[in-house]
Amino acid sequence: MSEAIVSLRGVSKTYTRGKQAVKVLEALDLEIAKGDFLALMGPSGSGKTTLLNLIGGLDHASTGSVTVAGERLDQLSGSQLAKWRAHNVGFVFQFYNLLPVLSAERNVELPLLLTNLGSEQRKKHVMTALQIVGIADRAKHKPSELSGGQAQRVAIARALVADPTLLVCDEPTGDLDRKTADEVLHLLQVLNKQHGKTIVMVTHDAKAAEYATHTLHLDKGRLVEQVRVGAAA
Amino acid sequence: MRFLPLLWATLWRRKSRTILTMLSLVTAFLLLGLLQAANSLLGLGTVNLNAPILITQARVSFTSPLPMRLLPQIEAVPGVDAVSFSQFFGGIYKDPKNFFPQFATMPDRWFRVFTECKLGPGQLEAWKASRTAAVAGKNLVERYGWKIGDRIPLTSQIWPQKDGSRAWAFDLVGIVDDATTDSCPRKNNMYIRYDYLDEARQFGQGLAGIFVVRLKDQSQAERISSQIDAMFENSPDETKTQTERDFTLNFARQVGNLNLILNLILCAVFFTILLLTGNTMSQAVRERIPELAVMKTIGFTDTGVLVLVLAEALLICFIGGMAGMLLSVGVMKVFAKVLTQFPAVRADLRVWTIALVTMPTLGLIVGGFPAWRAKRLSIVDALAGR
Repeated sequence: MSEAIVSLRGVSKTYTRGKQAVKVLEALDLEIAKGDFLALMGPSGSGKTTLLNLIGGLDHASTGSVTVAGERLDQLSGSQLAKWRAHNVGFVFQFYNLLPVLSAERNVELPLLLTNLGSEQRKKHVMTALQIVGIADRAKHKPSELSGGQAQRVAIARALVADPTLLVCDEPTGDLDRKTADEVLHLLQVLNKQHGKTIVMVTHDAKAAEYATHTLHLDKGRLVEQVRVGAAA
Repeated sequence: MRFLPLLWATLWRRKSRTILTMLSLVTAFLLLGLLQAANSLLGLGTVNLNAPILITQARVSFTSPLPMRLLPQIEAVPGVDAVSFSQFFGGIYKDPKNFFPQFATMPDRWFRVFTECKLGPGQLEAWKASRTAAVAGKNLVERYGWKIGDRIPLTSQIWPQKDGSRAWAFDLVGIVDDATTDSCPRKNNMYIRYDYLDEARQFGQGLAGIFVVRLKDQSQAERISSQIDAMFENSPDETKTQTERDFTLNFARQVGNLNLILNLILCAVFFTILLLTGNTMSQAVRERIPELAVMKTIGFTDTGVLVLVLAEALLICFIGGMAGMLLSVGVMKVFAKVLTQFPAVRADLRVWTIALVTMPTLGLIVGGFPAWRAKRLSIVDALAGR
């Protein structure tokens, strides 16, 4: 296995809901190699999104260590994590989560506002990202003027515009029809193979998982099966 | 600056709501501008009234007259430069709505006291030469379109002539201007000859409303005031002497503490605006929770999100506030042209300072709670819709 970009050791996560403690992940060990395209599968409530949140630095583990891109995330404060996310990870959500008041290009520009890039440079990066996802012609359009597939492409452009090493995708095709889903998955595959992005994707869809190089099954917070698959063409 | 497009777009997320909020802010700051300018005029604004001038009135009330025999005694007080006097005429020009103050005085004495007031060449001589002559302030002349030589009919509400008629007529021979200030109240008044009034009126001969005292040294105002009042203590004509500024303020207070009333109105207006804008901001943040969570996800820090929400509140308050203040300046200019019988109301430095302090304060207060809420927002909970 090549160099691990994600390394989890003895990770547990417990949420408190009212007076009840709910254990979502339990003593989880996991390594994801750089350049991998990992699909996380499992039934609802199995801990997929929680695991994704820990890898993406959105949440802290209750116990154990989470190391991503050489950084111990469990040791970072909230603001340190925010800065780390800005530089190292791009997020893609099921419902795109674009800002409705901004045009596609302004949405994609958002992560760059946190960098020292000037206006012209930002514009250049934004256009490059939009071209990579094949949506440059819709740059001026607002999310409400885009189809689901187009909106998801914009969301992917936003995720990769700051050139992160890791893309974290939570059900990225959950809101799309089969054809559009295949296009988006193919795009993720291209980003993985041609641009070297490590991708961790949560999905319920076995067909979507076929695009990944690895599939990981979770059940009740435990890793139950790790499958290496040949990526779909 | 790089966040300005984001702020601007967010501000117009709900156009109608933003416009209504801004309109309420514009109204509030329009009122602030107008009422504080009025406050300035009633209070600190009256500094343009001559400081080295004292007004001596009857101690009981300024409506009680004083005998002219007090004049030489006041004149003899050390430190007094010149003394004039005036009698309120209370005339109506053609229609009761045409109210403006008229005072009877003597030309030489009046100009020795109000040295900053000027007449055109030969106009003082013309006033002195004719007992029915009168001079009028520049604003007044412009308001009624008078010109030199016009005969101005006035119906006095106070002074009938000896034949019982209240109809008087005066010849306009001069226009009073003041080179030092635009808001001099004397530019809104008319001055007639006291000797003519005193001889022709049915009663009240030898009485004047007030004495106007010009001092050689302004710093002696307190001593001279006390000395004048002491001279007439325990006499049938006890006096009250004060600076012209205090006299004007006391006159204004006859209708109540206007300053307090105006400030209370403003407090009520701004309290309402506070609730209204605060509610709008809270609502705006509440409906943007998923978006704020996404911003945090892509790397905006908690403090960064707090600053953005605060900046949004500050921006809306600044735009609304500036629009309201500029509108108030426009309205004041219109007032100055239309209501020439009153001194011009202006948004001076004090008014602008109050407005420029109020704008960010309001922004911070209304944006504070929503911004704090945005800062505390948990990404995981917000994305999960909890």
